[in-house]
Amino acid sequence: MTSTALNLNYLQAKKGIFSWIFSVDHKRIGLLYLYSLITFFLVGATLGVLMRLELLNPGKDLFEAQTYNQIFTMHGVIMIFLFIIPSIPAVFGNFFLPIMLGTDDVSFPRLNLLSWWIYIIGAIMALSTLLFGDGPADTGWTFYVPYSVKTGTNVTMSVLAAFVLGFSSILTGLNFIVTIHRLKTPGMTFLKMPLFAWALYATSWIQLLATPVIGITLLMIVAERVFGVGLFDPSIGGDPILYQHLFWIYSHPAVYIMALPAFGIISELLPTFSNRTIFGYKAIAFSSLAIAFVGYFVWGHHMFTSGMSGLARIIYSIMTFLVAIPTAIKVFNWVATLYKGSIDVQPPLLYGLGFIFQFMIGGLSGLVLGALATDIHLHDTYFVVGHFHYVMFGGTGFAFFGALHYWYPKIWGRMYNKLVANIAFFILFIGFNLLYFPMMIAGLMGMPRRYYDYLPEFHLPNMISTYGSWVLAIGLLLMLGNLIAGFRRKHEKIARNPWGTGITLEWQTLSPPPVANFDRMPVLPKDGPYDYDHKPEIKE
Amino acid sequence: MEHTSAFSLPNSGHNRDAEASKMGMWLFLFTELLLFGGLFIVYMVYRSLNPESFLLASFELDVAMGTFNTIVLLVSSMTIAMSITAIQTGDAKKSIFLLYTTLGLAIVFLIVKYFEWSAKIHHGLFPGFEVYDGLPPGESLFFFLYFFMTGLHALHIIIGGIIISVVIYRTKKGLVTKEKYTLTENAGLYWHLVDLIWIYLFPLFYLIH
Ligand code: HEM
Ligand SMILES: [Cu+2]
Repeated sequence: MTSTALNLNYLQAKKGIFSWIFSVDHKRIGLLYLYSLITFFLVGATLGVLMRLELLNPGKDLFEAQTYNQIFTMHGVIMIFLFIIPSIPAVFGNFFLPIMLGTDDVSFPRLNLLSWWIYIIGAIMALSTLLFGDGPADTGWTFYVPYSVKTGTNVTMSVLAAFVLGFSSILTGLNFIVTIHRLKTPGMTFLKMPLFAWALYATSWIQLLATPVIGITLLMIVAERVFGVGLFDPSIGGDPILYQHLFWIYSHPAVYIMALPAFGIISELLPTFSNRTIFGYKAIAFSSLAIAFVGYFVWGHHMFTSGMSGLARIIYSIMTFLVAIPTAIKVFNWVATLYKGSIDVQPPLLYGLGFIFQFMIGGLSGLVLGALATDIHLHDTYFVVGHFHYVMFGGTGFAFFGALHYWYPKIWGRMYNKLVANIAFFILFIGFNLLYFPMMIAGLMGMPRRYYDYLPEFHLPNMISTYGSWVLAIGLLLMLGNLIAGFRRKHEKIARNPWGTGITLEWQTLSPPPVANFDRMPVLPKDGPYDYDHKPEIKE
Repeated sequence: MEHTSAFSLPNSGHNRDAEASKMGMWLFLFTELLLFGGLFIVYMVYRSLNPESFLLASFELDVAMGTFNTIVLLVSSMTIAMSITAIQTGDAKKSIFLLYTTLGLAIVFLIVKYFEWSAKIHHGLFPGFEVYDGLPPGESLFFFLYFFMTGLHALHIIIGGIIISVVIYRTKKGLVTKEKYTLTENAGLYWHLVDLIWIYLFPLFYLIH
């Protein structure tokens, strides 16, 4: 390498599309994921807004029932498999895990690139159902049997897409686990690792241990559709409840694949913007593992109404309540971190606080669904739709946006307009709550989910919800527009530590980082990653 | 920019790290076990729901062929283990020879499997054939799971064969040596897993009576 090449940052080092789509640099791969994820998110969000438009008034307005069913399935598949499951690990994990560990790449850089390609192939397969076959699936993203083996729509392709996407997820998880074990900078032990790395570690294990089960289950659906055998279809000897078990054995742990990385982001944002050490480092680190572990034994709470013995239901319900404990431990520690900190309210912190607020509503409404008596009433109503959007979108989605604002100056060496960012946040926040809180109320009133029509008595909450979706859409556009406009803004060179109070290793290198991540040996704070009393001085 | 001196980190993802590749392989093997684990659960559930039909159907399988294949795989596991020992002592020739033997045994396994499968299909015991479609649900499930699980396993044998061929090729090129034989080790790990899964499949389908 010539010395000029050494001086270039990772964005400048090579040019041309091929230097991106075949790059093995974890930073570029992170950005490849980012751009693809945002694209799919926008497609999914558009479908969401269209659904809300249909539901503005009772009666059929825009779509046939069948079309509506296909839209919510496509929306669910895109948001779950293409956006939220890869989201934080694939983008920010890829970009920042190696830097935070003080190394120059993941353990298997080429495998990393392969996982992005697999992701793209899976995405193309999922979207191809729009053009080929007998129309996109209309089963809901859960592909419940027996309907999914009977419907004429192209379930086979959607399910194969989910199978392929699972591979990508497994490879990323595997890569991170090995990277964390093997590539921490000298002096960094597990207990001196940033909490984001801890969160990714727990997440990666779930990806590894849960994804294969859904993979094989989905293949069984394909087999059943192709060969017409009765694996799950009761009319030819199969057991549909078995499918539900296998599906949720993965898909419940999968909600922690979505949530844990978000917890990791929040644990990074709070020390930086309170300028003090995180409260309860070990409690936060280990509660991730506890959540990952207990999360394996609660899948039955999705099946309280599907026919299960009373004893099994009680056990699943108790286990579900147990998950709340490590989760609450985290929330209390975050709040305690803010206590007596010198809080600097910057856009990323706003998203962090928005996360805590919304995730709490999502989490507590989850307990309502985890309790047997109330779930009988609320199962398959809009309460559930409200609940999981609060967790996935209000929680993980907001953490994702927070991370985007937090690391923006590091990734691109630019800065967005902070005032506009703050305004966008408040519009998003208001829009979000207007959109989803009424859904919970409609659910409590008894409105079932997955219908394109509803009884007139549900009109009011639905109207508010649809107005909310417009506010939210404006907020999203403003936020993204502001971030994109930031690329062109003229300003001073971005410092290594633009927030001034960042303490993890990524703030010791240049913004944007050089190809090899560091231009000099990173220095660890003396007592653990958030030791603000011995914060290493960072010279430009 | 003021930094002109080349700086490189000691702990690089681009260093050769045999430990890391082995760890990666182990993790991958976990996921493989879980993949089959899902199928084992399905097998167990349906066996407990239809004990008689599963029993009846299992008499159709050829225990002799199954036993023969089990021995073939066990021997192949041994030969690949020996090829690792050979490369460790620097004997590339012997290692290559043993890898070829393993590959040969894999092919024998597949040929036997082919005859087993075609005999079943010949008797109409495959989805879509009259005999199969006339079976009671329990028995047809047994046969379907038999085809699904041994089919997936056979696919793994094929992939394993490809991996072994790559190892042979790279050993011949001198890229696998006494100092650098992680590739052979990982191929061995994978092959043992394929063997291990068969060790479970064999009694489940052929032996439980
Ligand atoms: C613009 C933002 C969004 C809007 C307006 C929106 C709207 C909706 C609506 C109205 C439904 C219910 C369909 C029904 O039951 O009839 C729905 C379902 C769903 N949404 Fe969203 N959503 C948005 C964003 C998201 C995000 C960010 C995620 C995930 C991270 C997500 C995940 C889901 C899932 C998994 C379903 C269930 C699909 C099914 O029933 O199979 N949504 N969404
Ligand atoms: Cu769950």
